[in-house]
Amino acid sequence: MSETPGIPAPPEEPSEEQASRIGVDSWVAETERHGRGRGPLWQLARLWEYSPDPVKLLAFVALASTVPFWTNEGDLFVFGLFTLLYAALGLGLNVVVGFAGLLDLGYVAFFGIGAYTYAELSSSQYGIHWPAEATIPIAMAAAALVGVVLGFSARRLLGDYLAIVTLFLGQAFVFFTGVANPTVAGKGLTGGANGIPQLDPLTFFGYQLTSTKQLYFFLLIVVTLLATALYFANQSRTGRAWRALREDPLAAEVMSIPVNRLKILAFVFGAAVAGLCGTIYAAIETAAVSTNFSVSVLIIIYAVVILGGFGSIAGVFVGAIVINCTLEFLEPQNDHPEVKRWLFYGTIVLLIALLKPWFRPVLVLAGTIAFGFVVHAIVAATTAASWTSGVPVSGASWLARWAVIPTGSHGNFNNYLYIGLVVAVVCTASLKGWWRMIALVPTLYLTALVWENMLTQNGGITAFILFGAMLIGLMTVRPQGLLGTARVEIV
Amino acid sequence: MADAPPQPLLELKGLSMAFGGLVVIDNLDLVVNEREIVSVIGPNGAGKTTLFNLITGIYRPDDGEILLEGNSLVGLPPHAITQRGVARTFQTLRLFLNMSVIDNVMAAQYGKTKVDIVRSMLRTPGWWKEERQIRARAEEKLSFFGQRLMGYRWDQPAYSLSYANRRRLEIARAMATEPEILLLDEPAAGMNPVETHEITELIGKLREEGGYTILVIEHDMHVVEGISDRVVALDHGVKIAEGSFEQVATDPKVVEAYLGTKATATK
Repeated sequence: MSETPGIPAPPEEPSEEQASRIGVDSWVAETERHGRGRGPLWQLARLWEYSPDPVKLLAFVALASTVPFWTNEGDLFVFGLFTLLYAALGLGLNVVVGFAGLLDLGYVAFFGIGAYTYAELSSSQYGIHWPAEATIPIAMAAAALVGVVLGFSARRLLGDYLAIVTLFLGQAFVFFTGVANPTVAGKGLTGGANGIPQLDPLTFFGYQLTSTKQLYFFLLIVVTLLATALYFANQSRTGRAWRALREDPLAAEVMSIPVNRLKILAFVFGAAVAGLCGTIYAAIETAAVSTNFSVSVLIIIYAVVILGGFGSIAGVFVGAIVINCTLEFLEPQNDHPEVKRWLFYGTIVLLIALLKPWFRPVLVLAGTIAFGFVVHAIVAATTAASWTSGVPVSGASWLARWAVIPTGSHGNFNNYLYIGLVVAVVCTASLKGWWRMIALVPTLYLTALVWENMLTQNGGITAFILFGAMLIGLMTVRPQGLLGTARVEIV
Repeated sequence: MADAPPQPLLELKGLSMAFGGLVVIDNLDLVVNEREIVSVIGPNGAGKTTLFNLITGIYRPDDGEILLEGNSLVGLPPHAITQRGVARTFQTLRLFLNMSVIDNVMAAQYGKTKVDIVRSMLRTPGWWKEERQIRARAEEKLSFFGQRLMGYRWDQPAYSLSYANRRRLEIARAMATEPEILLLDEPAAGMNPVETHEITELIGKLREEGGYTILVIEHDMHVVEGISDRVVALDHGVKIAEGSFEQVATDPKVVEAYLGTKATATK
């Protein structure tokens, strides 16, 4: 400053009625909150935003309690029970990754420790048949204890190294239970690859939980209590300290927060929750098998938390519902094969619908449908009938006239489809503007062909491809996850 | 109050610190008395911020003693040092940006509160009581800044604050740890003249009403002149002058450190 006018006088205190006018940014914030969007989806989002958290939980519990009354036993098992189980697992992982920001890749091992502890103490393995009120605390303590040991030995390794050390723990656990299987008291401790079968049902003070309905309600109570407890924990000084250390560990440490201790606490907390889930899972499956605690399960739990949004308890529930239901629908032996197709095409149409302006997705989809009929007609006219005589798996008959589905073996047709799809995706991604829209048409058609010819036969692969597409779509639209809070960095 | 003999609150004795071969703090002695405002000045790279990092335990000194009320702080982890009564702000702001304004101040009370996680999850009466105290204390610290951090701002995320308000919030957060001594690292950096004036008044108010002892790093000489009981000048980690603002500002060694000697300037 060239002119140094001494020190200017401080501004006068704003008067009462001036205050609201001066707070222009408060006005902006208010307007933004009320003004944006008018659609029904937006109204729903606002309703969600303004309902207090206990109301949200109550609404969920009320809805979830009705599920056993309109689903059959099998559906309740695979959809209801496992959604709740994934929710519980997600809640635990959310403490570690969402609240404290630790990348824990050994989470699934703690899940396994819970399951095996239950299997040792409540089965004919060693003839110990302890009731669940004893085994569940023991299993949680065992998982937490391993968490403490690992947490302390790794406390200098917090950060990226923690991810590696915990991933190692996860792999070591699968190896130990599945392959090492040390002999204890004349018997393989973990039963090797076959695991430990014939576990007792969950028994509380002589009351057995055997039917799916009983287990469902038990799990619903557990998940509700867990969500409440973790919500309370998050609202306490410990929760604030977790959030602070996730934001800036050094600043947190200097603000009197013992960062290492709190990280280990979060880690152990997650381990105990995973242990609890393990016991329930083992009781549901009536067996503990090491392959159930592999990395693919870990990926699913992470997908639940990422989809819902790190740090969001409600998000975990949404993530669990979406991920588990998708997974189950895609199972090859699933009873609802038509849902599978809806899910696949629905996801693709949703992704395309994100294109702007609005007429682009319409044109692309219309183009794809037309393109399919044209290609099918050309192939039918020029080649042998066996090329187009295939029938889509449990599909609508018009699909047979749209998609080229050969019967019998046609060389490496399927493999060429796959390669063609990859090439088409790469081309589409490298094009711009209208060229991209044009390239999308054959790409989408190829996707449909790959789906109809190969993926319907193999639900496992499809599920992961679909999750990949879902997460990519989500990353573009809401990087913070469905119900997460966007994080802002100031550079 | 009658003038009692000054009680030393923070004492540094023969403090030394080197990064590899580069000596950053060299055999430094410094005493800060209770309810005194001491400014540390010096050109860039003089070791001022390193001095703060040593006191708060982020670095461990190679040699020397750091005493708070006669007790050594050397070797304690930073959170333990803060719990004993040393709080600081950062030159480059380090707020918990994605937490609300009031949560920032509430989080900093961790060291002074006790309710553990089990009692928090059960929401025992102890939790309710302490949570109310934490909230009240946070509001009290924020109200220290007049209208600047009041009302609707409490529930806004910290990143939405203006730069000057973020600096104020950092001071409020440091106050929330209930310290004896506040270390302020360039509190007026990046502020306009009006805000700089306010900060000058605020630092005075921190001592008068808050009762804090203050050690402050500052480049703005108006601020230093306005607030300091005593000024310490550092250059290359060595204390080159100490005394009142007038004494230090006119000290030839200080002038040399900032501007170079006349001889080298004309060569």
